[in-house]
Amino acid sequence: MQVIIFRKGIFMGDFGGLGIFFAIALIFPVMALIPAFLLQPRQPTKEKGIPYECGVDTVGKTYVQYRIGYFLYALIFVVFDIETVFLYPWAVRFGQLGLFALLEMFVFVGILAMGLWYAWKKGALSWK
Amino acid sequence: MHNGILLTAAGWIRDILTFLFGNELLVNILMTLVGIGAIISVILTSAIVFTYAERKVCAFMQVRIGPNRVGGRFGLLQPVADMLKLMSKEDIIPNGCDRVVWSLSPMLLFVPSALIYSFFPFDDGAILADVNVGLFLLLAISSQAVLPFLMGGYASNSKYAMIGGMRTVAQMLSYEAPMAFSLIGVVMLTGSMKMSAIVEAQATHTWFVLLQPIAFVIYLITATAETNRTPFDLVEDESEIVAGPFTEYSGMRWALFFLAEYANLLSISILTTTLFLGGWHGPVLPGAVWFWLKVLVMIFVFMWFRWTFPRTRIDQMLSFSWKVLLPLALVNMLLTGVGIYLYQSLC
Repeated sequence: MQVIIFRKGIFMGDFGGLGIFFAIALIFPVMALIPAFLLQPRQPTKEKGIPYECGVDTVGKTYVQYRIGYFLYALIFVVFDIETVFLYPWAVRFGQLGLFALLEMFVFVGILAMGLWYAWKKGALSWK
Repeated sequence: MHNGILLTAAGWIRDILTFLFGNELLVNILMTLVGIGAIISVILTSAIVFTYAERKVCAFMQVRIGPNRVGGRFGLLQPVADMLKLMSKEDIIPNGCDRVVWSLSPMLLFVPSALIYSFFPFDDGAILADVNVGLFLLLAISSQAVLPFLMGGYASNSKYAMIGGMRTVAQMLSYEAPMAFSLIGVVMLTGSMKMSAIVEAQATHTWFVLLQPIAFVIYLITATAETNRTPFDLVEDESEIVAGPFTEYSGMRWALFFLAEYANLLSISILTTTLFLGGWHGPVLPGAVWFWLKVLVMIFVFMWFRWTFPRTRIDQMLSFSWKVLLPLALVNMLLTGVGIYLYQSLC
């Protein structure tokens, strides 16, 4: 059914189409910006470029330091995102593997739940 | 074997191109370009339709009339007027911003939102890249959308943008974990990550919304959060941080953020349709019609969410993801595993 749009094995297969799309998706926003670039007025003044803070001048540095809480969430996320990399191939073969896969799942999810529980108890999940 | 409307049309275009050029390699490349052109025109059309639809839906939910000046009684030309306005706006570059990172951010945001459309089966066989790691690659690509938000927030030299950028990262990362875990149930039932196989499995069994109700609810919530829509629009909540990472953008650059946002709204609706609502399958009507009917219903549901729920607080939102949705998604995975095993050993 795929054959008519893109014949497999002759060119680059499905990933070839994806690669071409990636290149076009990179170029497309530039193409959208060109007509706007030709149409728009340009009268830059110093006041226009001031960082917007509801009409009040900014106080101090604008590159402020961010809260450490965001970093903690990112760390936990990395752990769980890597778990999904392992779980997806397992989920594909689940139907064929039978009881072995089922028991394996309880062990894996058990370890995962322990990690989550540890992070929870350590207070990494709550916003302080 | 029955072919859908889209595949028949593609066949005709292919015949014409083969007649004109003859060279098979060239025809293959041209057909890919036709497919990509079709996807990009779907994205642009959806952005035009949604700007109008969202205002009308919002207006009716708040007992207002909505756009009614430009283009007749129903304000049908409002999107055109918006487009012209955005095109002719001055492109203001904020003082002291990181020029390269700042201008790259809206352009890069469009790439992941557009690329994931290559995995959507719009009709029988009408899918640009039906790879066997489809769903997984889709999740991987869509998670790249975090980076442009962070770039825009960091490089704008504005406190609001910085806070917005940080919130985006926290929110999108937190809701991606439960989303990935909830979709594992679908993969377990299908036994494949190929998008066309997922649709086929729903045609032979039943819609996955019936087999995976918990995953469906988790997916709806996380998808709303991933696209930064109310009740999870902390990223760009206008009453607190103006527009979050987009605060310092104007004109066409801002329009690119908007385009990506509406492309994401359409893509989560398509993904819900494909994974849980049976994709393009349906009785009597052709596949493409069924597909768009289901997608439009889902889009209305997401707009409904937006105009009826109040905004959450960031600490509530993050702890809801990690303390409620993630354990629930794990439990759903265990239940699905036990269910499949019992079904296999009994039948």
